[in-house]
Amino acid sequence: MEAPRTPETVIELAQVGRTFTVSRRTGVLRRERRVVHAVRDLSFTVRAGEFVGYLGPNGAGKSTTIKMLTGILAPTAGRISVAGLDPARRRTALARRIGVVFGQRTTLWWDLPLRDSFELIRHLYKVDRVRYRERLDRLTELLGLGEFLATPVRQLSLGQRMRGDITAALLHDPAVLVLDEPTIGLDVVSKAAMREFLRDLNAQQGTTVLLTTHDLGDIERLCRRVMLIDHGRLAFDGTLDDLRATAPGETSLEAVVTRLYTRDRLFQ
Amino acid sequence: MVRTYALLAATWMRAAAQYPASLVMLTAGSFAANALDIAAIWIIFRHTGTLGGFTLAEVMFLYGTGGVSFALADMLFGNVDKLSRHIRAGSFDTMLIRPASPFVQMAVDRFTPQRFGRPAQAVVVLWLALAELHVPWSRAWMIPVMILCGTVIFTAVFTLGGALQFLLTDAPEVANAFTYGGSTLTQYPLSVYGAELVRAVTYIVPLAFVNWQPGLYVLGHEDPFGLPHWLRYAAPVAALTLAGAAALAWRAGVRRYRSTGS
Repeated sequence: MEAPRTPETVIELAQVGRTFTVSRRTGVLRRERRVVHAVRDLSFTVRAGEFVGYLGPNGAGKSTTIKMLTGILAPTAGRISVAGLDPARRRTALARRIGVVFGQRTTLWWDLPLRDSFELIRHLYKVDRVRYRERLDRLTELLGLGEFLATPVRQLSLGQRMRGDITAALLHDPAVLVLDEPTIGLDVVSKAAMREFLRDLNAQQGTTVLLTTHDLGDIERLCRRVMLIDHGRLAFDGTLDDLRATAPGETSLEAVVTRLYTRDRLFQ
Repeated sequence: MVRTYALLAATWMRAAAQYPASLVMLTAGSFAANALDIAAIWIIFRHTGTLGGFTLAEVMFLYGTGGVSFALADMLFGNVDKLSRHIRAGSFDTMLIRPASPFVQMAVDRFTPQRFGRPAQAVVVLWLALAELHVPWSRAWMIPVMILCGTVIFTAVFTLGGALQFLLTDAPEVANAFTYGGSTLTQYPLSVYGAELVRAVTYIVPLAFVNWQPGLYVLGHEDPFGLPHWLRYAAPVAALTLAGAAALAWRAGVRRYRSTGS
């Protein structure tokens, strides 16, 4: 599966591993130390303009991968390159080239109006004032932020806050957008709007998107390519049709993925 | 770094101003507490003739310089020792994905106007001491140097305490022994302590360079422990050494940061 290295490779992982040492209390003073492999021998590449879904059951290593890609965690083995940079070593430089959204936590300032968070981000990312104005106007229009730009973040609904977080991640015009469960907790209307926005972003601006989710609707409607990680290893990498083909006879994507998730369990 | 700090500090203060009643009460409360502190110090010093061979004004000088250094370090960087809370809440992750130093973001996190209270109090004590002492200009040059070095030393201690929390996420209090303990230690002439402790804070954790050694120089005082005379000029060396060690420890901590589940 070694993809040829071309200039337009934006994410590249080579034999990446991450271990955690977990110590467990086994007595009053005795502790048992155990090495857990959250991710092992993970290799893949993502090219510019791709829209990739990153699937896996809880604890499979999805978040660990995302955290290594964004420089939050350093890998314990292998090599990572995102937008031409080693994330853990060039974290600050990388931050200017990628956008990151965690569905579970906000990067906005809780007590300030949404607009003030954006203004602060403009300063932190050193975005030129004119370009910032243009991008904010465009994102405001596309995501319908106008009515709550002046509202403190703590008073926003989850759907509004999520739109704010997406905007915050895109103001510096990143080439790569990494989304960790961006539709979690959203109602059907907000979810549909979010998906439409992400699809257009990828199609029109050519932004590379890597998305983790437990919502297979996200995958079906957005991702041309799906990667599935299980027990810290890449268990599947291919198109949505390839994914369906792994379980002939199953009609819903849900059933296909359930089979993939539980397949290995038989051998454990 | 300075620009980012100022920008974020202004932002946090604006966020604090979203709750005006709370802001006013907390600020008034911290002013009252600081005023009471000054009153308490004044009463104690009025009833104390000498302490460990130092006159009242000299003790206040040591208290004031140590206090200003600690309060400045605490005001600007003391929040770094709240790291474990951010690690557990996952908010340290969001600091790592911004193009700004996580150290600065930690230091300035939730900056409020109350943070100005402590340095103000310490400055008042120092000013009272200096009015009494009439330090000659030939030795007074050391005062700003020692305050700067002291601030660097305490900042380094806070940073080491924060770095330790990358390892001991569940025991943030361990670091307090060195930060707030160090502050208490430097409030009094070291001559009230045992020789062993003084050696330890001279050669191991260099807290003696916050105000004791350079203070002896400013006051023209003999060293009660008879340590080498050149130590009086060694504060910048001690401060830079400790700051370097703290920076390395912090970097190592960020490198081996484990984040939390999910």
